[in-house]
Amino acid sequence: MIQALAPVIVGAGPAGIRAAQTLVANGLRPVVVDESANWGGQIYRQPPAHFVRTKKELYGFESAKAQSVLSAMQGLLPHVDYRPHTLVWNVQGGQLDLLHQGQTSTLAYSQVIVTSGATDRILPFRGWTLPGVFSLGGAQVALKFQGCSIGKKVVFAGSGPLLYLVAYQYAKAGAHVVALLDSGKLSDQVAAMSDLLAQPAWLAKGLYYVAWLHAHGVAVHRGAVPLEAKGQDCLESLLWQDDRGVHSLACDAVATGYGLRSEAQLADLLDCQFVWNAVQGAWLPVCDESGRTSVSGVYLAGDGASVEGADAAEWSGERAALTLLSDRAGHATAEHVARSAALSGHITKRKIFGRGLARAFPDPLNWAAQTPDDLLVCRCEEVTAGDLRQTAAEAGVQEINRLKALSRVGMGRCQGRMCVCAAAEILAQCTGQSLEKVGRLRAQAPIKPIPFTTMLKAESVSGKDMA
Amino acid sequence: MTRRLDSDVAIIGGGIVGASAALFLRKMGKSVTLLERDFCGSRSSGVNYGGVRRQGRSIIQLPLAQRAHVIWGQLPQLLGMEGEYQRCGHLKIARSQADVASLEDYQKRSLGYDLDLQILSGDTLRSRYPWLGQSVVGGSLCAQDGHANPRLVSPAFAQAAKQAGADIHEQSQVIDMAHSRNGFVLHTHKGLEVRSRYLLNCAGAWAGFVAQSFAESVPIEALHPVMAVTEPLRPLMTLSLGVEGGGIYARQAVRGNCVIGGSRGFALDDLRARPSREAIGLVLARTVELLPDLHNAHVIRTWSGTEGYLPDHEPVIGPSGTTPGLIHGFGFAGSGFQLGPAVGEVLSELVCRGSSSTPIEAFSISRFTKVFRPSLQPFQQPKEIFHEN
Repeated sequence: MIQALAPVIVGAGPAGIRAAQTLVANGLRPVVVDESANWGGQIYRQPPAHFVRTKKELYGFESAKAQSVLSAMQGLLPHVDYRPHTLVWNVQGGQLDLLHQGQTSTLAYSQVIVTSGATDRILPFRGWTLPGVFSLGGAQVALKFQGCSIGKKVVFAGSGPLLYLVAYQYAKAGAHVVALLDSGKLSDQVAAMSDLLAQPAWLAKGLYYVAWLHAHGVAVHRGAVPLEAKGQDCLESLLWQDDRGVHSLACDAVATGYGLRSEAQLADLLDCQFVWNAVQGAWLPVCDESGRTSVSGVYLAGDGASVEGADAAEWSGERAALTLLSDRAGHATAEHVARSAALSGHITKRKIFGRGLARAFPDPLNWAAQTPDDLLVCRCEEVTAGDLRQTAAEAGVQEINRLKALSRVGMGRCQGRMCVCAAAEILAQCTGQSLEKVGRLRAQAPIKPIPFTTMLKAESVSGKDMA
Repeated sequence: MTRRLDSDVAIIGGGIVGASAALFLRKMGKSVTLLERDFCGSRSSGVNYGGVRRQGRSIIQLPLAQRAHVIWGQLPQLLGMEGEYQRCGHLKIARSQADVASLEDYQKRSLGYDLDLQILSGDTLRSRYPWLGQSVVGGSLCAQDGHANPRLVSPAFAQAAKQAGADIHEQSQVIDMAHSRNGFVLHTHKGLEVRSRYLLNCAGAWAGFVAQSFAESVPIEALHPVMAVTEPLRPLMTLSLGVEGGGIYARQAVRGNCVIGGSRGFALDDLRARPSREAIGLVLARTVELLPDLHNAHVIRTWSGTEGYLPDHEPVIGPSGTTPGLIHGFGFAGSGFQLGPAVGEVLSELVCRGSSSTPIEAFSISRFTKVFRPSLQPFQQPKEIFHEN
């Protein structure tokens, strides 16, 4: 019986927590599997227990929301099967493969809500592998989790609302923010205003960060693109460019990112269909208005389904749980239908705002075309932009998996998490195709590297030898 | 709108067999159209283990394997690339005295095929190759066997064929095929019509469908190897490893990643396969027994593929029994990578001369159609289930 198994939620960020809360409120005891040691996800990541920064210091404007989400989970603990520090590395035959403290195990599911979140979208520049260059999300984690700054003189370079937020958080925490380099232009941000006004409160927050940075003497440059991180053994300066020319900034740390990309490997291994999302410029798992995917019993919520931010993650988490409940019961209660519709209304508004964000924070103009051949794109496998162009030209490659097979891009430890956006942009540019046509990198287990030792017990479990 | 193409030879399947056939046919002056459903060399030819070995093959395959060995030696001239091919040696490991006896027996039976096998004791092996584990009781070394990168080599055959003038259509699925006195007519899902005098069936695990279209049924089955690769490690293994009696196989790529394989995955659907968790566990556990240094390594990726197996684990190579001009080359039971280029050359000979200069009678499709050869021996159950690619 399908109902015999507890529903499983993968991820304990805002989406996963609200999903869990909804299931518990309706009498279920879900299993919550989370890779982190503590709940909250990336956005509401909690510091170690003995750290003393307050929620207000940690989460700023979002502290009330953070408090609400985090304490919701605190209250749920007696009512859920919470499995922190547990990586879902594979899925097969209705069972998730887990890795916890060096041991693998399986978890049977009939219904699973995947809230796998997002990682930084990286468009690399020369020297980006120098010590001192961090992803924007990584820089935020260092601050939120450990109360550390990535450097003494920090430059923020890239695009997207997170760039301003993290720069603000760094400056507020006392770090010296040398400059913020935004690839978007003021005109982009003005043009996006009508969509951004769909959520005046969010827009106001964004404008506040910008104004705050200005007021505190942080140089904000628009239409500005990082060219090269320079330094002997670690970062010493950043070359960047705008309409006026090439400039240099002395710094010992750079945080870079161009928005976020959904982590969709688990949805892929679950065999969900994918569809091109033009606003996000990404192939995303098919996910309907209710959180259902193309696979029965598999639901998606949060940034892993589509990058819409933490508030939308709470809504889509709750909505996916309501859908799961109605699928489980075979019918939806009127109350659930109404609530689900209200949540969808919120999410739709957020999507309009998201469209505005995409417009306000475009990628650097002609990024792929201007990328030098010697730029290292895939740091795991040491594949350069020139290698990609050469492979594409010589072998007539049009598709990203083929490019991976022939050039090794995306084949290393990170399985393309860090490089696939850049590689796809370069392939699209040099073949004259759209990003959509280039396709998406297929996921392969393990989702993250697994040590040999964890698997050694498996033989005694399976025991069978086909030879 | 239908586009029509006429060529001497049409090939279904752009794996290493079909692509090398296309290349050799072009060298012999034939016009060639190759139809590949996916990308050339992206299926089993491109995702296999990458073993390039003669050792361990059935004795009847050795003449073909020898022929392939010569072609592999000319890879740079043929393809303009090395493909990470190295003759680093292939060691077949014995884990028991019975295994040693079996390796010695193989050594005797394979004399005369220039394999130059050396049987070595466990202690000798460990003193030469200190990275081998204690479970190694002995082994048989074929110093001139080795490995290559199938991701690069197999597509390169198609690329070379294209440069030599073959008309290669990727992402072109054949949706129907027919034969008449005028030859073959194929249609693809993209509206391409291909007419040809000859048709080569190089469709790998899916070749049974092609044969069936010409009223020729073969008991082909699809099986799925389990492959895994570690992060790059310091230089460790200098040989490609197999295990007597099957189990696992392992090699270290130029970049340092150890590629290991064995056991069986499962089909996700007709086109896709994945490794199973049980098989991954089994393969890793066995690998560590042979290679203790891998104990703390990480697996960064796993994969599988779809390989065609016939009941006797021998391929089908040669003319069709039902349809003049149809020539088969498929069913390599997970070990077609090394043979591929030689089979391609044989297929080109069959087209151009009507005969092969390497004996292939044992691989005739007629062994499955008893109507034609009622005297054929019953199939021998193969001793090994696992084959190294």
